[in-house]
Amino acid sequence: MTAKARPYLEARAEKGLWASSRFLVLRRISQLFFLALFISGPLFGIWIAKGTLAASMTFGVLPLTDPFVFLQSLAARHWPEATSALGAVIVLVGYLLLGGRSYCAWVCPVNPVADLAAWLRRRLGITYTAKVRPELRLYFVGAVLAASVLSGSIAWELINPVTALHRALVFGLWFGAGGTAAIFVFDLLVAKQGWCGHLCPVGAFYGQIGKVALLRVAADDRAACNDCMDCFAVCPEPHVISPALKGERSGAGPVITSGDCTLCGACIDVCSKRVFNLSLRARNGAPSTQSTTMPAPAARVASSPRSSERVTS
Amino acid sequence: MAASGPGIPGNPRRRKALQDMARFGGGAAVAATMLTAFGVSSRAKPAQTLRPPGALPEKQFLSACVRCGLCVRDCPYDTLSLADWASGPAVGTPFFVARDVPCEMCDNIPCVKACPTGALDHSLVDIAKAKMGVAVITSRETCLNLQGLRCDVCYRVCPAIDKAITLETSHNARTAKHAIFEPVVHAEYCTGCGKCEKSCVLTDAAIKVLPVELSALRQDEHYRRGWEEKKKAGGALDDAPLKLPVRKPEAGGSQ
Repeated sequence: MTAKARPYLEARAEKGLWASSRFLVLRRISQLFFLALFISGPLFGIWIAKGTLAASMTFGVLPLTDPFVFLQSLAARHWPEATSALGAVIVLVGYLLLGGRSYCAWVCPVNPVADLAAWLRRRLGITYTAKVRPELRLYFVGAVLAASVLSGSIAWELINPVTALHRALVFGLWFGAGGTAAIFVFDLLVAKQGWCGHLCPVGAFYGQIGKVALLRVAADDRAACNDCMDCFAVCPEPHVISPALKGERSGAGPVITSGDCTLCGACIDVCSKRVFNLSLRARNGAPSTQSTTMPAPAARVASSPRSSERVTS
Repeated sequence: MAASGPGIPGNPRRRKALQDMARFGGGAAVAATMLTAFGVSSRAKPAQTLRPPGALPEKQFLSACVRCGLCVRDCPYDTLSLADWASGPAVGTPFFVARDVPCEMCDNIPCVKACPTGALDHSLVDIAKAKMGVAVITSRETCLNLQGLRCDVCYRVCPAIDKAITLETSHNARTAKHAIFEPVVHAEYCTGCGKCEKSCVLTDAAIKVLPVELSALRQDEHYRRGWEEKKKAGGALDDAPLKLPVRKPEAGGSQ
């Protein structure tokens, strides 16, 4: 248990402090950077990005719109102005290139709080976690869009703790930070990575982009893996690792293809054997075409009556 | 269900997957219902909170506004603010309270220009055509002018003076020798900027801007004003009026 409580010790001894914490440092700088773009205006009168993460205008020329909020507005049957449509397209293309849920790890203001809860969990040795399946968040995305259709309003944004926290920080609406406080308690005491990993529909939406996004993490040097399990201890979405890390036998490529990966780089930092790297999805190309001839996972065979017939006949 | 059909063996994995789908689907349905109820109830907005110029009707506004705050940022007079949980309007949406800071009715309407979604209608280019609300004398009992005094402040601060607010004189029965100068709001010209409410000298303003749907009510469409129709037609609509039967008692009756 003590080894799991401080998974970075081995990497620090092996690679040094910088190589074992650079993604964490870069992520915190990135999060502060995106916050500073919005906060420099109200604090110092230096206006860079106006608005919030829902929609913004940078230097008066670059519109950006959260595509998930945009989608909710469409579902509520509003036909938006070109500015917000253009902004949504720009953001969508950006995350198609840069990894989908990289939003969660590099931009979202809730992430440092969720990270703090996860870190405290490890240090305090809290092992209890409610079993929530990661797919639940996809149903939640459906519920959010259904509520937009049924109420004819962007209903989710009334309680969305992600945009609420950003508004709290940028506009000083401090009640909005309450949701994030609840997330902290929930993540610490009820479920490991409970909010970001199981419930948050914003992350689930970006995860859908991540399924086809270009930038990925890859277990390039997976032959060097010594099964220390440190990457599983620090990864916010541990189920994404094994298909790539242990995929050699089944012929799967080394690139982590699951959209749930947030590209936080914790696995890259924590691995003392330097197994993981940032990579492009296309690097999986050749092996993955081979792997289509491999038997499908049992669950998929079972869920389709026709294929189960084929297997039995 | 299909699982019990002939030739398909009962599969525990398949059953588990269907159970999960039903469980998650049920949970999602509950979440969607609660969110929908919350979304619908968020349309209830306190009457003293007004939307920025060009705002779509409240129901459409809540389908369009992404709560980004760009209108708030571009308001040069800090009239607008975003709603917090306790403010009244839907969380994160822009509003102003006329009694605190009224709208200064900028000629170039920067708040509307800043709106990326069209929740503030970009077809509004003349601020005099804005309808943030309509002013109403809510307290005839306390309005100084209606008591026969000369205050006139609401009338004098009105950006559409003599159009949106006029002073109508009538006889002061109490003194029997003075006039009452009654401020009268003409909804057609009132933009709901709230200057009058802000400036009312009373502790509780006697004139208040109310949301359009509370104050300037629609005329039913089946009512036609004869004098307007006549003007449109360029003359009398019917030059041979109906001959109505003369109803009077029979010649042989009493009287």
